[in-house]
Amino acid sequence: MLMQGLKKIGLGLLLAMVTMVAYADYSWNFPEPVTPMALDTLHVHNKFMLIAIAIFFAVLAIMVYSIFAHRKSKGFKSVADKAPSTAMEIFWTLVPFAILLLIDFVIMGIPAYHSVIMMEDTRNKSEMVIKVTGSQWRWQYEYMDGDAQGIKFVSNLSTNDKQMHNEEEKGENYLLEVDNPLVLPVGVKVRILMTATDVLHNWWVPQFGSSRLAVPGFIRETWVQVDKPGVYRGQCKELCGKGHGYMPVVVNAVSKEEYQAWVAAKKEESAKANAGADKEWTKEDLVAEGKKVYEKNCAVCHQVSGAGLPPAFPALTGSKITTTPTFGADGKYLPDSHMDRVLNGVRMMPAWKAVLSDTEIAAVITYERNALGNNVGDVVQPSQVKAARQ
Amino acid sequence: MSTTTVAHHDEHADHPTGIMRWLTTTNHKDIGTMYLTFALIMFLVGGSMILAIRAELFQPGLQLMNPDFFNQLIGVHALVMIFAALMPAATGFANWMIPLQIGAPDMALPRLNNWGFWLLPPAAILLTLPFTLALFGIGDGALATGWTFYPPLSVQGGIGVDFAIFSVHLLGISSVLGSINVIVTIFNMRAPGMTLMKMPMFVWGWLITAFLLIATIPVLAGAVTMLLTDRHFGTHFFDAAGGGDPILFQHLFWFFGHPEVYILLLPVWGFIPQILQTFSRKPMYGYKAQVYSFWGIGALSVIVWAHHFFTAGLPVPALLYFMYSTMAISLPLAVLFFCWIKTMWKGSMSFETPMLFTVGWVILFGIGGLTGLVLADVAADAQYHNSYFIVAHFHYTLFAGGIMGIMAGVYYWLPKMTGHMYNEKLGKTHFWLTAISFNLTFIPQFFLGLAGMPRRIPDYALQFAEFNMISTVSAFVLGLSQLLFVYIVITCVRGGKKASDQVWEGAQGLEWTLPSPPPYHSFTEQPVIK
Repeated sequence: MLMQGLKKIGLGLLLAMVTMVAYADYSWNFPEPVTPMALDTLHVHNKFMLIAIAIFFAVLAIMVYSIFAHRKSKGFKSVADKAPSTAMEIFWTLVPFAILLLIDFVIMGIPAYHSVIMMEDTRNKSEMVIKVTGSQWRWQYEYMDGDAQGIKFVSNLSTNDKQMHNEEEKGENYLLEVDNPLVLPVGVKVRILMTATDVLHNWWVPQFGSSRLAVPGFIRETWVQVDKPGVYRGQCKELCGKGHGYMPVVVNAVSKEEYQAWVAAKKEESAKANAGADKEWTKEDLVAEGKKVYEKNCAVCHQVSGAGLPPAFPALTGSKITTTPTFGADGKYLPDSHMDRVLNGVRMMPAWKAVLSDTEIAAVITYERNALGNNVGDVVQPSQVKAARQ
Repeated sequence: MSTTTVAHHDEHADHPTGIMRWLTTTNHKDIGTMYLTFALIMFLVGGSMILAIRAELFQPGLQLMNPDFFNQLIGVHALVMIFAALMPAATGFANWMIPLQIGAPDMALPRLNNWGFWLLPPAAILLTLPFTLALFGIGDGALATGWTFYPPLSVQGGIGVDFAIFSVHLLGISSVLGSINVIVTIFNMRAPGMTLMKMPMFVWGWLITAFLLIATIPVLAGAVTMLLTDRHFGTHFFDAAGGGDPILFQHLFWFFGHPEVYILLLPVWGFIPQILQTFSRKPMYGYKAQVYSFWGIGALSVIVWAHHFFTAGLPVPALLYFMYSTMAISLPLAVLFFCWIKTMWKGSMSFETPMLFTVGWVILFGIGGLTGLVLADVAADAQYHNSYFIVAHFHYTLFAGGIMGIMAGVYYWLPKMTGHMYNEKLGKTHFWLTAISFNLTFIPQFFLGLAGMPRRIPDYALQFAEFNMISTVSAFVLGLSQLLFVYIVITCVRGGKKASDQVWEGAQGLEWTLPSPPPYHSFTEQPVIK
């Protein structure tokens, strides 16, 4: 009975696996390369793999022959190895060594050398510079020169929580989709400066062939030149805490014209946002805006409900920081107050002053004090945030 | 030496019985048995952890655990497997076999030996205790940084990191004590006539392992101590804000971490030619070449560490140096492979379980070695680094190359240790189950890595689903097959067909001249090697 049952289960499992194998869309090698570096990497990889596979099967064939031919059960009597003459010994030592040296340092070594030089040459012919900053758990992009100079934005995972907990069907780009992708012009060599604000991160798009560690307190460099328009997806490749699997990279490579149009639109958007910073906001507008900012940036740790994940991530609902006054009698914010925490961070809490705008910070503080089960009643205006930055 | 004198001696070997025998023992075989038992238990503990992870990765989405617990399991799995399973297993064999193979009555420093073992259980408890503490609301669980402790993540982490640091200190002290014992034993207690160049390969492998441990463990201990002071005493070794550098830790860690690979592998490389010559019924080929290769690999292993972090932004000359020096390891390793295969060639081979594991080992470790050669290339490494490709690669070297090698040794020497033959049919079944499910677990991971799946993520994009499913199903077969191994070992210890002194037809070496099981004090009269 038991054996039959087991066989049935086993057969079912086997069948499921066979159908899966038949229908699955497998990829057996690197994804299609779209930069010169990825193309080069693919060539080097293919070449080395072929060499390795050839060596493996040649040696395996010799072993398999021996295993079948030199068996005791077939009556094969062992033949002792005889010491070769000195001349033969030298010959049989030097020749394999020479072959191996040739494979290692010429056939593999020379292309590898050229690849390294190409990979590390971030400056020659580069036409624009972008700064990529990794933070737990999002990427921030800043355009450093040209028309786009000054554009900076944060790129967050946009897959919703329900998909992750299997309460909703998963979308096509599950875990590899963001709210604000990095936009790059096609055919332009872009020098990328890499840094981080908290722990190590690694900015990786498999189709670009480049991957570089983002080290807090240091600037590292790499480059990309995307030759084919399209949307390219990757993710953080260095363990960076609990959100490591939720920090995708999405790059939208577009033609130069589309890129110019995007730059113009982005500039206009930030001009509008700056104008918003000077006006007086109502509490309702701030709370509504704050909810968006909160769920995008803060809910990863403090949770959508504000309950947090103690002890690492404290609750905001009813906490001392969100319910005691943030400004002193002189109008300046108090140390260890709500404003201080959001602007400057502490321990695992990141400093948001370089990431969020005045309006966003004002909105999120107002939201945290008047929602999530809190009801303090006060309002923080963007102008107060602007003043607090000084 | 006659068996009657042995029996007579054993009667007068006064040692306490029960638990006190094991707590106070200074006998090399008792301590070896404890090391091996401890390793087997921790192998199952580490294995259960990874099966929980594979179950989570069976499908996309979060099913069983939160990402933080996932991160704790991956790091502790690695530390348990490396420090509490593989290393103690190798040390267990050192204790059992080095005195037998060099014709000594015991290890040179028996009390140190006892102390070396009894440091391990507290270390293992320290490592895993935070899991239990978290259940009672103390701290937030075990180390969640991966086994590499990279700062600043490890500076940010909870008490699990401190527990792991102290655990590594204890394990390190234990390893250094064991290494000192091995070196002193080998240099002082060889039987008359056994020159260094007549020592069995296993003894050579361990001698070099011992030197590597003494050279590199203090560096690891220093690095984790610096981490501890960064966490609690306001130093800034790894914090740029205070003039430190997070990458400094990676240099220190891998200065230990790369030789560690060879520390785990060299004892196994000692097993392989001995088992091959036994079951090929002809002396091993190229003894001297193998010894020199061991030295070559030992020396190279301490000068190639930075290939573990090519993507960290090293200067071009450093990239080139570490790439070419890493490739150079293929030279002595090719010599070893050549000698192993030449030992089989034109032998009169039979395929008992130890031989099956050894031949399987040569093939699978070959895959680990060749993918390692490809990984040395800096440009392609940008893709392989921290992807599932590297996970598959190091499981070919450490599961196939490490654990399957240890298992070959267990089957080879178990009849000598227990005096009973194990169940050959079950042993062969265990080999085939292990070899097939191992490949079905890790071959899909090579392809996952190439397709762009990073390691250490609790959830993944839909394109990776099929390979992960195959890998998980196979991992469970692999894991459950090891219960068969436990069963085989236990039944062999309890009874079975009586093993002869020689055990295997073609076995060569001093350990096979003693009765099975060997007397309590191995060689009471020194054998003489001609």
